[in-house]
Amino acid sequence: MSTANTSTVTNTGPGKPLLEVKDLRVAYGKVEAVTGIDLTLREGQLVTVIGPNGAGKTTLLSAIMGLLPSKGEIHFDGEDYVSPEIETLVGRGLGLVPEKRELFNTMTVADNLLLGAFQRYRRGDDSYEQTLSEVYSLFPRLWERRQQQAGTLSGGERQMLAIGRAMMGKPRLLMLDEPSLGLAPLITREIFRIFADLRRQGVSILLVEQNARAALKVADYAYVLEGGQIAMQGPAAELANDSRVIEAYLGLASKHQELLSS
Amino acid sequence: MNFQIALLLGQDGITNGAIYALLALSILLVFTVTRILLIPLGEFVTFGALTMAAIQMGKAPALEWLLLALTLIECGLDAYHFRSNLGSKRIQTMVLKVAYAVVMVVLIQMLPLAELPMAFQALLTLALMVPLGPLMYRLFFQPLADAPALVLLIVSIAVHVAMVGVGLLLFGPEGARTEPFSDTAFRLGPVMMKSQTLWVILVSILLIVTLFLTFERTLYGKALRATAVNRTGARLLGISPVFAGKATFGLAAFIGSLSGILIAPITTLYFDSGFIISLKGFVGAIIGGLISYPLAAVGAVAVGLIEAFSMFWASTYKEIIVFTLIIPFLIWRSMTSHHVEDEE
Repeated sequence: MSTANTSTVTNTGPGKPLLEVKDLRVAYGKVEAVTGIDLTLREGQLVTVIGPNGAGKTTLLSAIMGLLPSKGEIHFDGEDYVSPEIETLVGRGLGLVPEKRELFNTMTVADNLLLGAFQRYRRGDDSYEQTLSEVYSLFPRLWERRQQQAGTLSGGERQMLAIGRAMMGKPRLLMLDEPSLGLAPLITREIFRIFADLRRQGVSILLVEQNARAALKVADYAYVLEGGQIAMQGPAAELANDSRVIEAYLGLASKHQELLSS
Repeated sequence: MNFQIALLLGQDGITNGAIYALLALSILLVFTVTRILLIPLGEFVTFGALTMAAIQMGKAPALEWLLLALTLIECGLDAYHFRSNLGSKRIQTMVLKVAYAVVMVVLIQMLPLAELPMAFQALLTLALMVPLGPLMYRLFFQPLADAPALVLLIVSIAVHVAMVGVGLLLFGPEGARTEPFSDTAFRLGPVMMKSQTLWVILVSILLIVTLFLTFERTLYGKALRATAVNRTGARLLGISPVFAGKATFGLAAFIGSLSGILIAPITTLYFDSGFIISLKGFVGAIIGGLISYPLAAVGAVAVGLIEAFSMFWASTYKEIIVFTLIIPFLIWRSMTSHHVEDEE
């Protein structure tokens, strides 16, 4: 194993590391999409990964989740995994809300949520009904639509359902891939508001976002991913003031927002 | 044709149609969840019927040895696959599996098979047959789970051919028929209805209702549906494709062998009769567009009725008429439904 990261900064802070990724590599055929990433997330933290399209953000999350075969080390909650199996990781408390949401469109909202607790049900953990009412109180909209098919929901409701479904598994670490993608600003704000609620419940969050401004505002620690590698990292507040970050990610976003508002 | 003949043919048609409906539902279930077109389903039917026949004749059906052999191979492969982290839970499961197969072998050898009550004989047959479904998935399909649908189809055909051969080896070339569940008959207008006909129809309806409730109401049933709707989504919730594959194959083995037990008193079945039977279930499934369960069931009953009536009018062309049915439905389907790309 080699630690290929040249950066000297690391994510130090209170709390044990919940997720540690070392020298993670993912290849699609001969092309490496992720080339040696080191990443740490401590218990209770909200860590964000920002970066341009095609930087390997989704690939990174998929590899950690075990959806893609990878090389390198993944430590989650005190256990080591090499090319982990999704089922094991879900059982250990890892959840992913993917970019495409991956809902069960022809099934009801209530069924979608219940299936989120499949592994707990299988283990004989009956407390998932309580989680269900927690999810409904967090997203009253889902309660109103509970008998509706997931395929009939609006974009924002679909995202709420995807997050709610992941919460049904009682994850210790929730990974979210572009949760604001395609959502109106008002709904994006609502989704981001949920993160605070989740953290209060003791859920750690790994957030991949294109909306760098919003992500850096809520995160404790941030990584900037470029070309499959960590280009920069540091406490989110520091990165938000970093001139390179402002120029590359925040400047563009603010210009974009000006254009939208004008 | 008079009314009496029509009633007789209708009775035949609905009996066969009920079985085709069960098979159509299994084909649909396995296909939507695993993308495998289960050609060997017919072998579950014949193996079930022939095992039941062997038990009624007091002969050990030899199927228990196949079960034991496949179980040992599975455990060997699993032990190799998980050699680095062979937890105590995995070892426990393996021991249980082997123990089950050994118990079945002992039971078959020791019990006075022919004297057992018929319900117990049927249970014994199912106890031998159902584990073969998950075993088949584990050994032949699980290693290929991500392969394109065409590869899965080819393997499915290969498994079918192999199982026909195994059937010849286990049961011999003679056909077999079993005793009816009960001897009573009912008068329905001008015709007598055999009680077995009622058994077939009743059990089929009961099974279809149970399946419906399982898939609508239980979380395990919903998990299988979820896998059919969105495989990636299901995986992300920890619903493993291996679990889904084994569960659907187990269900298919159960439905197939139960169908075999049901029709064995009505028709003589041979080691190679399965293919044509499951193919007719397949026609029903095609009528349902390989998606719709109610349409598939209705289509399968229609297949049974058309088969019965064409036997009367043009018995030589019976099969041709039934299988030609597929063509107009394929044309209709291709015009009304959107083309779905293969996932790969």
